[in-house]
Amino acid sequence: MGAQGHAHDMDRRRFLGYVLAAPVLTAAARLGADLAAPEQAAAAVPSLPGPAEILNLNDMLTVAALPTAGLIGVQLHPDGTASFALPRAEVGQGITTSSAMLIAEELDLPLDRIRVTLADARPELLFNQLTGGSNTTISTYLPIRVAAATARGRLLAAAAAAFGEPVTALTTRLGVVTSAAGRTATYAELAVAAASRTTLQVAVELKPARDFAVIGTPRNRIDARAAVTGRKQYAMDLQVPGALPAMICRPPTINGTVRSVANLAAVRAMPGITDVAVVSTGVAVRGRTFGQCIDAVRALQVAWGPGTAEGASDATVREELRRAELPLVVPPLPILTKAVDVRFTFPFAGNSALETNCAIADVRADRAEVWGSLKSPIVAQEQIALRLGLPVSAVQVHVVDGGGSFGRKLFSDAALEAAEVSKAMGKPVKLMWHRADDVRQGRTHPMSTSRVRATHSLGQVLSYEQRHTSVATDFGHGLGEVITATAAQLPVGGLAFSETIFVLTQETPYNFGVVTQLLSEVDKGFNTGSMRNIYSPNVRCAQELVVDRIAADMGKDPYRFRRDFLKDARARAVLDKAAELGQWGRAMPAGTAQGIALHPEYHSVAAVLVEIDCRPQTTGRTIPNAVTGPRVTKAVCAVDVGLAVNPRGLEAQMMGGIMDGIALALTSSLHLKDGAFLEASWDNYFYTRQWNTPAELEVFVMPPTTGEPGGAGELAVASAMAAVACAYRRATGTMPTTFPINHDAPLAFEPKPTVPPVPASPTDGLDRAY
Amino acid sequence: MPQHTFRLNGEEVTVDIEDDVRLLWVLRDVLGVTGPKYGCGIGVCQACTSHINGKAFNPCSVRVADLGPDDEVTTIEGLPATVGRELHPMQEAWLEHDVAQCGYCQPGQIMAAVAKVRQARAAGHEIGDADLDEIRNICRCGTYFRIREAIRAAATRF
Repeated sequence: MGAQGHAHDMDRRRFLGYVLAAPVLTAAARLGADLAAPEQAAAAVPSLPGPAEILNLNDMLTVAALPTAGLIGVQLHPDGTASFALPRAEVGQGITTSSAMLIAEELDLPLDRIRVTLADARPELLFNQLTGGSNTTISTYLPIRVAAATARGRLLAAAAAAFGEPVTALTTRLGVVTSAAGRTATYAELAVAAASRTTLQVAVELKPARDFAVIGTPRNRIDARAAVTGRKQYAMDLQVPGALPAMICRPPTINGTVRSVANLAAVRAMPGITDVAVVSTGVAVRGRTFGQCIDAVRALQVAWGPGTAEGASDATVREELRRAELPLVVPPLPILTKAVDVRFTFPFAGNSALETNCAIADVRADRAEVWGSLKSPIVAQEQIALRLGLPVSAVQVHVVDGGGSFGRKLFSDAALEAAEVSKAMGKPVKLMWHRADDVRQGRTHPMSTSRVRATHSLGQVLSYEQRHTSVATDFGHGLGEVITATAAQLPVGGLAFSETIFVLTQETPYNFGVVTQLLSEVDKGFNTGSMRNIYSPNVRCAQELVVDRIAADMGKDPYRFRRDFLKDARARAVLDKAAELGQWGRAMPAGTAQGIALHPEYHSVAAVLVEIDCRPQTTGRTIPNAVTGPRVTKAVCAVDVGLAVNPRGLEAQMMGGIMDGIALALTSSLHLKDGAFLEASWDNYFYTRQWNTPAELEVFVMPPTTGEPGGAGELAVASAMAAVACAYRRATGTMPTTFPINHDAPLAFEPKPTVPPVPASPTDGLDRAY
Repeated sequence: MPQHTFRLNGEEVTVDIEDDVRLLWVLRDVLGVTGPKYGCGIGVCQACTSHINGKAFNPCSVRVADLGPDDEVTTIEGLPATVGRELHPMQEAWLEHDVAQCGYCQPGQIMAAVAKVRQARAAGHEIGDADLDEIRNICRCGTYFRIREAIRAAATRF
């Protein structure tokens, strides 16, 4: 595909917009977008394109959207503002801002006059209301612009009629229409006149890229002021009449069940407590404050039945994975061939957001209303209706701004629970998981192993085989249905559900001869989900470490080696940029080193260069209730997303992805022992903290390449994790094979009890004031 | 039911609530002041960080009965008024650097940052990497680097 030529063609295309029958101007477009053509690869020892290169996960999401798409509309108000209800979940990724930018661009209205809210569950959108796979901007880039351009067209027509001048004599700027004769009308004045009594279909053209004044310019988030003043509202900040705090006393082992409760009446009589009820996941309490709910949860005396992972520990799961590993098939090899054969282990990891699982539910006899941060609100709506025995149309689901997701909010665990609790108590509830619940009973990124065998001879890589074996990932949130609905059309016949997802998302960016990457899964006893990518951080970390190892075997520089073997010019360009900005190869003291890696996905590619300090004075730092260890002192990222709608937001996503990559490589994991996770809060689940953060960080956004936006939300995690691992290997001379590197070291914390399931609230806050 | 009186964002408040309810829940569930967020409930994540008599603290770890009528609690909602402005310079720096992603931890981060700058100043030095490394507030979106930039920028402005 000629990138610029393609963009040019798109500019000249005409799109179908709608003007909806409404009292004020309401313009709409159908959700859906075109497929990008496959990219050609040239190779030293050519590898056939893998399925992920032909049609990756994002294409699947987009294809699936086409036949079922509903309309999404931009409304012009008599106060001169525009509004748009985005059928996606904002959880920090900046999509309300980038969506507002698309509207500002096509409507010629200042960004601060555009309000983007989150749409309630709209069942008619089917696959088109799912936030996942870094797909939001890819799938909404054209439809939002078409809706906004349609609105602008109607405003021009209304002004032309009012002025008695032709539309060709009119221009728009900053919410004002100006005629050649010098007459002006604001959008506010035209909002009613431009409305239509009947729904119309109109053909519109989009602004050519060369005229972009908003798209591609760095903008601050539209919700930033609300965030820094504390006015931004998350689910637990909403005041819903009668919805009192509620929590659940949860079992000591994963998915344990309630056998009996010894002191229901006594707990019901505790201060502030209004209700206590046994539900499917534990014993629910409702009270005046969450603090009193915590006390009630701790007071409950529950006899628990076994869970779904009784007796399981890291070692037993690891052994199960080893037994399930698919065999390697070593192809016939010439003499003098050398092989690298390594097995990597990736323990369970927590995808907890800082906002724990939570939702508000008001369930009545004939209807229900639910509020929460939900990335699959239609699935939530259907599941809640099913559980309550109500028709889907009687269940209203409101999507609220989320305090992070990282995969967690693809599922609606708290919303389902809140509905069940509200029904059981006959009252509205504001249900929140304690942090300990979120860590121990919440979803995790499943443990996996990756066996890699690569062979090389005379400076060429002849084969690369990877066998990824994982505890099953739950795809029950609808993303899976999107993929399987169309998988039959793809060259992946015969593969099981999750295997299909694996081959659609995993690609080897290098010319490594015969390449096979396969997945097998075990054990469905865990609560799992994706975690800022499904498989990529682990699969690609393993691959990039092996790349460094092969390069070392060949006596080649890791950067040069990648450069020589990369298939794709865009990947090579970001690699070069990261190497240049990060001064690859500069002299470093012993015990410190650079690492470099890259990752292509979602029609985008990011390269990350890091410097790590593994010297004793750094690894030996002591900080209370913390893990220090090796420190990434510098990180440089070069990213090409085809077209960055908001480069400043993209930088933020890369920065966050780098912090996740550092955590996955060095500090954060869950330890499974006897059917329960030992971690229970942030003082023992060691996500990156300020003392682990690089003091130097730079993100370089490449100029537009394809002219169309690729995905970004999860993109940097894999390359950052891999770069840190590679740097660690070079600094220490030891190939790390378990991640994070400290997982098998003695525990850095004293595990909290599992009964009661949540820790007591401390009282020493004043002593620790600073 | 016991009554508790303290000062909140410049005004005296009195609440009827049991002695041992932690201040975070008095603020959020009783008074409807939702800027301080819940992230752990045990004084670890620091998402609820607010000020008591000008010092950073975690309301999740303080019994309401441990406050007296002269104790001044400042949450993110009351921060701008402490400098008599619409926004505190730290909030302005936060906007300039577009720090927030999901935003959930940011009220606590800003309250911690203000206290950290004051702490460094009281110790007679400008805020530096060693001080920034001591900030314990978790940001699960990983905005740490922009937080550091914003704090450095704001440190000289108040």
